[in-house]
Amino acid sequence: MIDRDPIVSEDELHAYVDGELPAERHGAVEAWLATHPDDAARVAAWRSQAELIRARYGGAADEKPPQRLDLARLERRRLWRVTAMAAAAVIAAFVAGGAAGWFARAAEASSSSDLRKFTADALDAYRLYVVEVRHPVEVAGDERPHLTQWLSKRVGSPVRIPELEKIGLKLVGGRLLPGPTGATAFFMYENPSGERFTLYCGQTGDRETALRYTTGDHNAAYYWVDHSLACVLSGPAERDKLHAIAQAAYDQIDTRSPQRGG
Amino acid sequence: MSEFRAQIESTIPALRRYARALTRDAEAADDIVQDTLVRALRSEHLFHGGDVRAWLYTILTNLNRNRLRALSRRPMLAPLKDSDAVSGAPESGGRDIGRALDELAEEPRTALLLVVLEGLTYREVAEIQGVPIGTVMSRLARARMQIRSYLDGERPALRRVK
Repeated sequence: MIDRDPIVSEDELHAYVDGELPAERHGAVEAWLATHPDDAARVAAWRSQAELIRARYGGAADEKPPQRLDLARLERRRLWRVTAMAAAAVIAAFVAGGAAGWFARAAEASSSSDLRKFTADALDAYRLYVVEVRHPVEVAGDERPHLTQWLSKRVGSPVRIPELEKIGLKLVGGRLLPGPTGATAFFMYENPSGERFTLYCGQTGDRETALRYTTGDHNAAYYWVDHSLACVLSGPAERDKLHAIAQAAYDQIDTRSPQRGG
Repeated sequence: MSEFRAQIESTIPALRRYARALTRDAEAADDIVQDTLVRALRSEHLFHGGDVRAWLYTILTNLNRNRLRALSRRPMLAPLKDSDAVSGAPESGGRDIGRALDELAEEPRTALLLVVLEGLTYREVAEIQGVPIGTVMSRLARARMQIRSYLDGERPALRRVK
């Protein structure tokens, strides 16, 4: 475009500052700025804003990232998951121990307000119902559609019940429980050797998190938040095995592709 | 390490910088970066070529939007801290560029930071925000106008105690 248009638009001024202006318009913009002091002042102000922002935050890119952002470490946890899934079928039965105390790990629990309460309540519910022989659940697992509809309605947001048959877990059923923020959905799963795992989901105002692990003497839990739903997977304290199950549940409860956004 | 992982790895410092400016809280920023990395690794199979860096910025931008929604649901607990203050003391008794950014709505702030801090093109920002380029430009214009009037309007001589 051989353009000698003397009028310069505001869009062109932004493009000029951001290095997006076509080369053939540079002369026109510079001539314009020389004769329009208001626009020249705007351009100078925008440049100084950009410098302030870069001076203030640019240094963060030069810091050494903390260990928790180490890609190899995050990747290793994913690989454990794959291995643990293969091993899950042959791992011997593990008797869920009695209700020994649960010790919150302050370092892991301090970052979130609901994390501690949800995890504590979920582990209480786990210990209470996992030993129940005759009435572990209110609604049996073969009434999955009813269970989904009922608990979604009570919790106040869509609750998906993860399908975990592929990793050897059958849905025993579910029940409604009180929780830190109101009605909470509680599901129980069982493997062929009778080992039980529970999933506890309720609404939260906390922001999204990846899986967080908390452990006690005999049982442990993974906590995460997805789309305003806090979920806690509880079971015997075998971290890799529990992580495999939590990851499978996490993947299924997450209904969004990262590209679409929320 | 695969090409995909190597590209993620090399983007981590920039993601931390962007997250720091978005959240103005070093700890919250690294939380978001960690969640971004976990999602990226988990969703590797969904990634069909293209620019890994822009894709990571997209995930991080979306996670930050979710975070802001969560914070807005409990306004009493919304933090007003600026834990990165070490890297630049407020200029004039509290009103500085960080607070000016805080005053902006989420979309204009995101657009401005992606352009001036991260050096992305208008086209890349349009893809990350899922809007036409014209919308990116009007967000940019709004952000710059608001920051200017904020910084200009609030620099009374009386505030300069130092």
